Amino acid sequence: MYLIKKKRVLHDSIFLMDIVAPRVAKYCQPGQFVIVRIDEMGERVPLTVCDYNREEGTVTIVVQTIGASTLRMKELNEGEYLHDFVGPLGQPSELITDDIEEVKKKKILFVAGGLGTAPVYPQVKWLHEHGIDADVIVGAKNKDLVILEEEMKAVAGNLYITTDDGSYVRKGLVTEVIADLVEKEGKKYDLCVSIGPMIMMKFCTLTTKKYNIPTIVSMNPIMVDGTGMCGACRLTVGDEVKFACIDGPEFDGFKVNFDEAMERMKLYRTEEGRAMLKLKEGDTHHGGCGHCDGGDK
Amino acid sequence: MAAPGFERVPISEQEASVRAKNFDEVCLGYTEEEAVLEASRCLNCKNPRCVQGCPVNIDIPGFIMALKEQNFKGAYDKISESSALPAVCGRVCPQETQCEALCIRGVKGDAVSIGKLERYTADRAREEGIKPHTDCAPNGHKIAVIGSGPAGLTCAGDLARLGYDVTIFEALHEAGGVLTYGIPEFRLPKDTVVAAEIENVKALGVKIETNVVIGKSVTIDELMEDEGFEAVFIGSGAGLPMFMKIPGENAKGVFSANEYLTRNNLMKAFREDSDTPIFRPAKVAVVGGGNVAMDAARTALRLGAEVTIVYRRSEAELPARVEEVHHAKEEGIKFELLTNPVEILEDDDHNVRAMKCIRMELGEPDASGRRRPVPVEGSEFELETNAVIMALGTSPNPLIASTTEGLDTNKWKCIVASEENGQTSKEGVFAGGDAVTGAATVILAMGAGKAAAKGIDEYIKSKN
Ligand SMILES: Cc1cc2nc3c(=O)[nH]c(=O)nc-3n(C[C@H](O)[C@H](O)[C@H](O)COP(=O)(O)OP(=O)(O)OC[C@H]3O[C@@H](n4cnc5c(N)ncnc54)[C@H](O)[C@@H]3O)c2cc1C
Ligand code: SF4
Ligand code: FES
Repeated sequence: MYLIKKKRVLHDSIFLMDIVAPRVAKYCQPGQFVIVRIDEMGERVPLTVCDYNREEGTVTIVVQTIGASTLRMKELNEGEYLHDFVGPLGQPSELITDDIEEVKKKKILFVAGGLGTAPVYPQVKWLHEHGIDADVIVGAKNKDLVILEEEMKAVAGNLYITTDDGSYVRKGLVTEVIADLVEKEGKKYDLCVSIGPMIMMKFCTLTTKKYNIPTIVSMNPIMVDGTGMCGACRLTVGDEVKFACIDGPEFDGFKVNFDEAMERMKLYRTEEGRAMLKLKEGDTHHGGCGHCDGGDK
Repeated sequence: MAAPGFERVPISEQEASVRAKNFDEVCLGYTEEEAVLEASRCLNCKNPRCVQGCPVNIDIPGFIMALKEQNFKGAYDKISESSALPAVCGRVCPQETQCEALCIRGVKGDAVSIGKLERYTADRAREEGIKPHTDCAPNGHKIAVIGSGPAGLTCAGDLARLGYDVTIFEALHEAGGVLTYGIPEFRLPKDTVVAAEIENVKALGVKIETNVVIGKSVTIDELMEDEGFEAVFIGSGAGLPMFMKIPGENAKGVFSANEYLTRNNLMKAFREDSDTPIFRPAKVAVVGGGNVAMDAARTALRLGAEVTIVYRRSEAELPARVEEVHHAKEEGIKFELLTNPVEILEDDDHNVRAMKCIRMELGEPDASGRRRPVPVEGSEFELETNAVIMALGTSPNPLIASTTEGLDTNKWKCIVASEENGQTSKEGVFAGGDAVTGAATVILAMGAGKAAAKGIDEYIKSKN
């Protein structure tokens, strides 16, 4: 059992929790994820690590209610427990494992869509702590769905926010912001890290490709075990089949077959499937789950 | 009841048409009267051949004689001397190729039904609350066991009996390994049989820490250097699924047997109250011919599908237990033998629509001694199906080997370890079970766990 030390509601359907999990907190790195099970009948839900405190042994997760398990999780309060919490899973972000001097030479742009802001945050924070200020674009459906704004502001170089409906800062898609930065403001980026719903990551890579900015994406397919045992999370990357849970979750965005990945996410969402499965969830760690419209489009 | 003769006492099972619609256990087990009668068929041989066939050397005539005398506790104690999981083994071991294959009774007539008697003994003990002996004086040495499958549980149990302070680390949220996530409820009930035998291991003082992925949450080197474990046993199994690498394999509706079975067994997707979904189409094709293929097929059947097993060799080569093939057929599963998939066909929405297969014929024997299947040219046909479950075998996960300094593996990614005592290339680190042999059987994994427990005991004693 894993204690919920802190809970903060970010939006009707989004909440943040600090979980006491010393083994995970000791080793986790930005880019990795955990798998959470709320109770005996709960699904194994993968969630990206949003922050961690090694001294206190806590790991921060941000959760969007997308199905039966996460809806029940939302009802839990500080002082209560999650049944299972395992990790860290997957590979740390390459920014963290690469030679820091090389990373320092790069101008980095992060593109976060909706709940993708949560996994982007620890990477930007890590870079900030290592003396690197990256630009960050955050896209959300509307003002209420912009999360972790203050936290992000504190660690980002420039923070650009955009909303689909124009209810906050500016109206438009993240790809339009990228184009403006590169074309109108003459910004040059050596690397882009894009995390959000798959459809957003797809269009983001189409845009960055145009400007020749190598782009890393974080894939959030359906998962079960998260240790390479089931193959539910398999993706086509270049001409290889990769398991997102052990080879990823981050991949070269120019090589990922997004169309196939998006199709595979729909498996438990067919009409009969929906009726039969009621509110059951099929995935996911940062929006774009296929049950909700999870953030940016 | 008739006097014991050349034939074994038949065992009752749920009727095929009934059990095809539920997840309750197929085999109902012997009654006391039946068990005692079957026990009386044992000749109590002076040189019991059956024992030679048992990888953990259970005193088979010993427990059967106690059973014959209705001394159920005595029978259970005899088995417990050698096995920590008798209710499991009585259900899933391939006795027909082990102890029963060698039983002298089998020369003329049926072998003694050793497996079913083992099961009866273990079930009876559980029902009557008879527990294995737990009197073991602690010796203060800490041992870590990785993986809570049959290899890990057996090694941990044996070490605890010798007084060691044992902690099992398990990656999943529940202990049991394949017994929990792979083998279905209708063959091996989880809450009663598996959980109870794991409890018995815990009663010996073994601690189980779930949700710890060795190599991710903590490494073996750290366990030994920072957490004070003096030796480690790796029983991490062979969990990595294989795919065929044919076109269409990433279509919606193609699963590894591991995924399908894990959803159903570990996550209990067949139950209304589980949050985990499982795909339930009208038609399912299962590729493979082993126990895993039979289990996946019979699970799909119980979830309401019409099921076909596609296997590239002939019936004689099916690696699954005869009993499982027989049960599968009785339940109405179709077999397309000497058939191999070449492509999975999708509809416009990328759902599986059919599987293109080719007929095979048996050619010359290959390295394994089995005749190699070769495609019959021009014999392609389409098998209509909405889902394909790949049950092609599994290999060990490289995670542990790749994160442990100095631990050698072979070209199949199996950890290299001595058969005699489990010693690996790294001092203080032992291994056994599927992680060493590749996918094998419960009892072989248990045998390896036992050998390693002995090896670890000798190692610790030699150092102190
Ligand atoms: C569907 C199916 C049906 C089968 N039917 C039969 C049968 O009828 N009869 C028979 O004899 N055999 C059968 N087998 C084979 C048998 O189950 C295995 O040979 C046996 O379970 C192997 O035992 P093990 O302890 O080596 O590994 P496993 O049972 O695989 O256990 C390994 C454990 O280690 C854990 N683990 C892995 N990596 C790590 C890590 N890095 N950190 C922590 N924990 C880790 C895993 O989660 C797992 O719980 C079947 C197998 C399957 C899949
Ligand atoms: S070989 Fe058969 S008859 Fe002889 S002891 Fe073993 S079970 Fe009994
Ligand atoms: S989630 Fe099972 S293999 Fe990746």
